[in-house]
Amino acid sequence: MAEQGSIRVSRKDDNVVVIEKDLATEEMLLSMGPQHPSTHGVLKLECMTDGEVVTSAEPYLGYLHRCFEKHCEVVDYPGIVPYTDRMDYLTGMNNEWAYCIAVEKLLDIEIPRRVEFIRVMVSELNRIASHLVAIGTYGIDLGAFTPFLFCFRDREHILNLLEWASGARMLYNYVWIGGVAFDIPADFNKRVKEFVDYFRPKVVELYKLLTENEIFVKRTKGIGIMPADVAINYAWSGPMLRGSGVKWDLRRNDPYSVYPELDFNVPVPDGKFSDVGDCLSRHLVRALEMEESLNIIEQCISKMPGSEGFNPRSAVPKRVRPKAGEVYARAENPRGELGFYIQSDGKSTKPLRCKARSSCFVNLSAMKDLSKGQLIPDLVAIIGSIDIVLGEVDR
Amino acid sequence: MEEGRVLPQSVQQSAAAYAVIREQFGSAVSDFDANETMPFFEVLEAAKWPDIALFMRDHPKLKFNYMACLSGVDYQAEEQLGIVCNLESLGEFPHRIAVKVKCPRDGGSIPTAAYVWHTANWHEREAYDMFGMQFTGHPDLRRILCPEDWEGFPLRKDYRVQESYHGIKVPY
Amino acid sequence: MSIAAISQIRLPFLMGNNLNAWSDALAGLTLSWFPLGLVIIAAIPLVFIALYALTYGVYGERKISAFMQDRLGPMEVGKWGILQTLADILKLLQKEDIVPTSADKFLFVVGPGILFVGSFLAFAVLPFSPAFIGANLNVGLFYAIGIVALEVVGILAAGWGSNNKWSLYGAVRSVAQIVSYEIPAAIALLCGAMMAGTLDMQQINVLQSGPYGFAHFYLFQSPIAWLPFLIYFIASLAETNRAPFDIPEAESELVAGYFTEYSGMKFAVIFLAEYGSMFMVSAIISIVFLGGWNSPLPNLGSVALYDWTSGPVWGAFWIISKGFFFIFVQMWLRWTLPRLRVDQLMYLCWKVLTPFAFISFVLTAIWEIYVP
Repeated sequence: MAEQGSIRVSRKDDNVVVIEKDLATEEMLLSMGPQHPSTHGVLKLECMTDGEVVTSAEPYLGYLHRCFEKHCEVVDYPGIVPYTDRMDYLTGMNNEWAYCIAVEKLLDIEIPRRVEFIRVMVSELNRIASHLVAIGTYGIDLGAFTPFLFCFRDREHILNLLEWASGARMLYNYVWIGGVAFDIPADFNKRVKEFVDYFRPKVVELYKLLTENEIFVKRTKGIGIMPADVAINYAWSGPMLRGSGVKWDLRRNDPYSVYPELDFNVPVPDGKFSDVGDCLSRHLVRALEMEESLNIIEQCISKMPGSEGFNPRSAVPKRVRPKAGEVYARAENPRGELGFYIQSDGKSTKPLRCKARSSCFVNLSAMKDLSKGQLIPDLVAIIGSIDIVLGEVDR
Repeated sequence: MEEGRVLPQSVQQSAAAYAVIREQFGSAVSDFDANETMPFFEVLEAAKWPDIALFMRDHPKLKFNYMACLSGVDYQAEEQLGIVCNLESLGEFPHRIAVKVKCPRDGGSIPTAAYVWHTANWHEREAYDMFGMQFTGHPDLRRILCPEDWEGFPLRKDYRVQESYHGIKVPY
Repeated sequence: MSIAAISQIRLPFLMGNNLNAWSDALAGLTLSWFPLGLVIIAAIPLVFIALYALTYGVYGERKISAFMQDRLGPMEVGKWGILQTLADILKLLQKEDIVPTSADKFLFVVGPGILFVGSFLAFAVLPFSPAFIGANLNVGLFYAIGIVALEVVGILAAGWGSNNKWSLYGAVRSVAQIVSYEIPAAIALLCGAMMAGTLDMQQINVLQSGPYGFAHFYLFQSPIAWLPFLIYFIASLAETNRAPFDIPEAESELVAGYFTEYSGMKFAVIFLAEYGSMFMVSAIISIVFLGGWNSPLPNLGSVALYDWTSGPVWGAFWIISKGFFFIFVQMWLRWTLPRLRVDQLMYLCWKVLTPFAFISFVLTAIWEIYVP
C-alpha cells in the first residue's frame, strides 16, 4: 500500500467497501490458519489487515499434501483407485469414477449398461452428500449452527446407503476400472427411492431455514462477486462457474456415461434472488443441484437394467496395461471438474505420469483476487462459498 | 493411427483449430498428433509459447478461453521436461486441444502463460515445485505444495528423497 | 449467635408480604462484629448464578439445542446426562491454568474477574422476591444499566492482555458493540421507568401488582410499551454477545474472540459471567415490562388465582421463570439465526434501534400525559 492511514469503512449499496484514511497506522499481519475454524481444513491465509479490512490475502497450501502423483508412479492402475478416494474425501465415488473414465478411455473398453447406471446413482447420491456438507458448513461459517446438523442428519442416510453398497462410509473403492466392485444389494433401489421421498421435503426445509434467511442473504448477497469471464479465465468449474452465470456442466457439455439419456436441469442463478457471481449464487446453485440430483437418481432407478445374469466385474480387465498414449478425461464432481491426465508408455502396468486436476485447487487460486478489500467476516463467507476440501487442494 | 480411418468428430474439430494455428506460426509448432484420446501438438520454439497462447485465446476462430489443466511431465529419455496444457473453448466453440511445451532437463525454462490464463499461475507453480523447470516471467514462482526449503523436485524420475528435513528422518 | 439474632431470622417468615422483609432482616443480622447477614445476601445471587448456570445454562442449553437439532445432547454421564455439567466442571478444574508467555499477565488474570464482578454486581438490585432484594436502591434501574458497562473493561483487559490478534479483534468488536447497544437499551428501559415514575426496582414491581395479574403489567397497559420491549430485547442480545450478535466471539471468524487464550477455571469464570448477564438482562426485561415477581394469573371471581400465587416464595418463582423464559428465547434465537456482520450490527444499532428508541420514548411520554 502506498499510503498508510487509519481507515473509515463505509459501504455503498451495502456491498462496495469504501475506505477513507486519515491517521497514520500500520497494517497488521494476520495468519488465518492452518488451524482455524473456517478454513475447512489446513489452509493458511496470510492476511494483511487494516482494521477489519483485508488488504491482501495470500493462500499457503501443502499442509495436507500426501504425494498422490508420486504414489501413482509406483502403484499399478487399479491400485490408484483407493488413492483417489482420499483426495476429495467427501466425494469418493465421483473421484473414482473420474479416474476410471480416464483409464477406460485409454483402454477403450465397453462398460455394461447396468454398471453405468449404478455409477451414476452412487455418484449422484454422493453429490448430494457432498453438497449437504458444503451447505451445512457454510451455515456454520456464517454462524448458523442448526442447518449444519440437519444436513449431517440427512447425509447420514446417504452414507448408510453407500456403506450398504460398498462396505465403506467414505473411502469406498467401489467404482473399478471397467465395472464396479459389487452389484448393488437387492432392495437397494427401493431404499434409495425411500430416501429420495424422505429427502425432498428436507431440501425445502433447508431452503427455508438457511437460504431464505434474511441475515444469511444479507451476509452473502453481493459479497465476493466473480464476473463470468474472469471465472472462465481462472478455469473455475462446477457450482462456482455456474454461480457466475455460465451454464456449463460437464454432464451436459462434455457428456459421459449415460447422462445424455437422463433429463435434468443445470441450475444457473438468474440474478433475481442473488447478484450473479456472488457467494449467495454459489450457495444457491448447490442448493438447487441437490434437487436435480434427486431427479437423476429417480430416473436411474426406473431405467436401470435388471440384475439377471449381471456380473459387475465382467468388463474389469485382468491386467491393466494400456497402449502407449496420453489421455485427459474429466468428470463433473460436486466441486467442479475433476480431471486426470494419464500418460502410459504401453509397456508398464503403472502410469508414467498421472496428474489430478483438482477443482478445489483451481477454484482456490482465485482467492487472492477475491479477498482484496473485504472485511474479515466477508473473507470467511468467501472461503466458505468456494467450498474447498483441502484433501483435494493438496492431494 | 492407420491411414484412411475416419477420425471422430472431436478430433476433426481439434484438427481444424490446429490448422489455424499452423497457418499463423508455421514451423514454430509441430505436426498435429490426431490420436483419439488426447489430440495434441507441440510448440517447438518454446520462446513463442506466450504468443501462441495469446493467439489461441483471442483468435475469433479459436477462443481457447479455458485452460482445463496444465501438467508437468518428465521426459527422461529425451532429457527434457515439459508441460501439457489441455485447452478448450468454453461456451464459444466445441473444440479442445492439448499443447505440449518442452525444455531441457537441466536449467530449462518455459515462458509463462500465467498472464494469458490466470489459472496457469498455480499450475505452473505446481509444475515448478514438482519438476523444477523455470517459468520465465511468472509473477510469483515459489513452491506451492512442498515446503520452501525442500530439496529436489519430487516427480522427476531420478528423484532421490533427502535424508532428513529439519532433523526429521524422511525416508521410512 | 445471640437469641435475638435467631428471633430476627424467624420473624420474616411470619411477616407475610411485607416488602423486603427477608433482606432487611438478614441485613440486620450480625455475629458480634461480623455482618453475617450481608454476606448471606451477597452469597444468594452467587449461589443462584452458579446453580442456574450449571443446570439451566449449560445442561439446559445443550439439551434445548439438541432437541432443536434433532439429536439427543449429552446422554452419557448419569441418567439423560444430567451429571454432564459436573463432569465438565471437574475437567475444567483439573486443567492446567495456562497464561501465555507473551501475555500481559496482570490484565490476563484480572480480565475474567472484572467481567464476572461486572455481571455479578448488577444482581445487587434485582428484586428476587417481594421480600428479598440485595440493595434497595432508589436508582436501582439506573445502577443496573450502569454497572453492566463494567464488563467492557473486563473484556478489553482480557482481549488486550491475551496478546493474541484474534482476542484483540474480539475485544474491540465487543467493546464497540456493548457501548453502542447500551444507548437504545437504556432509552428503552427509560420508557418503562417513565411509566412507573420511579427507578426503584422494587417499586416498579409493586406498581405492576393487581388482582388482574398480567393485565397490570406495563407491556399490556399501553400498546406503545411493545416497542421499547422489543428494542430492549434485541439490544440485550447484543449486550450479552448472544447470537445473532455474537460477533465478538464469532467462532468461525475469530476462533473464540476475546477468550481465545483462556483455559481451565478462567474460562469457566468467563462462562459464568456470560450466563450471569444473560439472566440479568432477562430479569430486567421481565421486571420493567412483565411485572417481575408479580403473578401473571388473574383473579377470576371466586377463583382467586392471583392471590393464591402471590407471596414471597411465589414471587421468587415468578421472576425466575420469567427470566428463564427469556433465556430460552435467547437460546432459541441462537440456534436458529446466522450471525450479522460488524457493519450490519452497527447499522442496526445506530440507524434502526436508536431512532426507534427515541420515538418510543416520545410516544410513551405522550401516552403517559394524555391517557389516564
